[in-house]
Amino acid sequence: MARATKKAKRSRKKTAAKTPAARALKREEKVHFLHQMMQIRAFEDKVFELLARDVLKGASHVYAGQEAIAVGACSVIEPTDYITSTHRGHGHCLARGGELDRMLAELCGKATGYCKGRGGSMHIADTSAGNLGATGIVGGNIPVATGAGLACKFNGRNQVVLCFFGDGASNNGTFHESLNMAGAWQLPVVYICENNLYGMSVSTDVACSVKDIATRGVAYGMPGEIADGMKVLEVREAVARAVARAREGGGPTLLECKAYRYRGHSRSDPRKYRTREEEDHWHSRDPIEQFSNLLVKTRAMTRKQVADLHVQVELEIAAAEKFALEESEYPDPSELHDDVYVGWKKGPMGLEKV
Amino acid sequence: MAEVTFWQAIRDALRDEMLRDEKVFVMGEDVGIYGGAYGATRDLWEEFGSERVRDTAISEAAIAGAAVGAAMCGYRPVAEIMYMDFLTIAMDQFVNQGGKNRYMFGGKTTVPMVLRTQGGAGRCIAAQHSQSLEAWFVHAPGVFVVSPSNPYDAKGLLKASIRDDNPVRFFEHKMIYGMKGEVPEEDYVVPLGRANVTHEGDDVTIVIYSMMANLALEAAGILEQDGISAEVIDLRSLKPLDVDTILRSVRKTGRVLLASEGCENNNAVTEVAMRINEHGFDYLDAPMKRICAADVPIPMSPTLEDACIPTAPRIAEAAKELVG
Ligand SMILES: Cc1ncc(C[n+]2csc(CCOP(=O)(O)OP(=O)(O)O)c2C)c(N)n1
Ligand SMILES: [Mg+2]
Repeated sequence: MARATKKAKRSRKKTAAKTPAARALKREEKVHFLHQMMQIRAFEDKVFELLARDVLKGASHVYAGQEAIAVGACSVIEPTDYITSTHRGHGHCLARGGELDRMLAELCGKATGYCKGRGGSMHIADTSAGNLGATGIVGGNIPVATGAGLACKFNGRNQVVLCFFGDGASNNGTFHESLNMAGAWQLPVVYICENNLYGMSVSTDVACSVKDIATRGVAYGMPGEIADGMKVLEVREAVARAVARAREGGGPTLLECKAYRYRGHSRSDPRKYRTREEEDHWHSRDPIEQFSNLLVKTRAMTRKQVADLHVQVELEIAAAEKFALEESEYPDPSELHDDVYVGWKKGPMGLEKV
Repeated sequence: MAEVTFWQAIRDALRDEMLRDEKVFVMGEDVGIYGGAYGATRDLWEEFGSERVRDTAISEAAIAGAAVGAAMCGYRPVAEIMYMDFLTIAMDQFVNQGGKNRYMFGGKTTVPMVLRTQGGAGRCIAAQHSQSLEAWFVHAPGVFVVSPSNPYDAKGLLKASIRDDNPVRFFEHKMIYGMKGEVPEEDYVVPLGRANVTHEGDDVTIVIYSMMANLALEAAGILEQDGISAEVIDLRSLKPLDVDTILRSVRKTGRVLLASEGCENNNAVTEVAMRINEHGFDYLDAPMKRICAADVPIPMSPTLEDACIPTAPRIAEAAKELVG
């Protein structure tokens, strides 16, 4: 392990200088953030439409309202870093470089999807792009991110892990056990709690012992910070600080991003547990509106350019829909037993070596 | 008798028991104003309030363990785990703290609790929301495992489970919440450990439970057209197991098909087969057969999910092969 540590020190010096926290953004980068947020929103609108028409099977938890968090956070890290995602993972997948067409194909259970159609919405991830996966188990990936952080610490390549999860997940044992472990071992993980005020119908007021989830950091020996999850640049700044700290050997951070889930938890959710006034309030702080207004105000973009970008995204979504629904096939049932094990497969007498 | 849906039967059983016994209470994720992910606690929060119909945090281990503790201290909790797949998180508390409790403490404690949960495939919601894990629980000493297939049994078995002094894992299949059936309004129970012969026949015995028991009735219809008379035994409880009813049927038919939606490897029905082997081997005219889910994590894609799970035609086909 001694060698790895020495190597870590060396490479730390190299990358610390170019941590994005210290770097001003180019115009194209800002436009790219807006583009990604618009893509996520349009993707989720399409998903909701396809669910309503019963074209899309299964359950999809949509990310509308929280776009600034995935986009702002993922903008900070390098391709060699890792993220872990959640049951609400479309936004994370896209912000980590996922393509709309293969994402939609996955949701439709098509063989061209990122997981060959086996995972669907809840397991969507391009695992070749440093995304360790989305999970249907709330809180299920917090320990996995912690283990990835341990691997990063071992291998000395100065990588970091961004671990996304919800407010509800922060009440599961996995959260508490993982943060304690990461705090004790000083792992390079940024725990990003997307507090959208509810876990399904249960509000944080009812479910949580504390008002701000960030305060839980104290219990595990790590800084707990709060960012406005409706502001992409604010999320980016906060994550950049935490990432810089992690790369410098300063250990984990708990970052709470306050945002709102626009849609119901699932298609059939009548949203009886929250008021229309509350929804209106959060819609008035829309992350895409706020950021495009900022870009216009600072003359990074004109209104016309923003409108054109919307049109472009609509075309991209239409192409993805065509790819997923018309140009992609379902997996062949003969593949049912593929990939369960490495090197073994079901035969007539049980598992056999292949 | 009234026609009610499966979810209403569950809800009505909970309501009746809460009215009958003030020690009964309900807790779980989204059981309050939301009425449960599949609607089985609808309107209870409005009637009983948030003290007795408690929304919890997403904390499966604490839900199961708190039910154990409250049960040890005189209450009769009915805890809901939203999907059977999350029972894995609650497992330690239910199995180690709950199931072993009475024995470990010299027979001096009781843990009268019910852990309700929902599972099964059919909605394209993939590997972590579609499983049938009853085999895990049948394996654990000290816990009962109940799996109704229709509204009448659901209400009667849930009442029996709540009144029972043992920890009971009560399993509802997600594809039958909308199923309708005749259910008496007056009080009744379906005793634990009693199977139900839902279709009589002479050629082959189909041993089955939960949602699949309804498919077996369909399969029996298909078989009838081919001149094969199938007897369908809906187990209703996997533990305690009604071996007598099974043996009575095997003696008549001499052929046994066991079916389940759990994975094939070490499925709960494997235990049933072993009991038949031990106590009814002489009645058998052919080796027993089983039809279960494929030994794979349940895939989301509709074509793969369908290939993974037994269907009525496949059950009929397997029975036909058995009769030869
Ligand atoms: C272990 C576990 N418990 C319960 C659920 C059911 N469930 C799915 S999403 C959800 C709410 C999650 O809340 P939060 O962590 O705040 O994320 P959000 O949905 O708000 O993004 C629940 C209870 C689950 N999938 N996994
Ligand atoms: Mg939430």
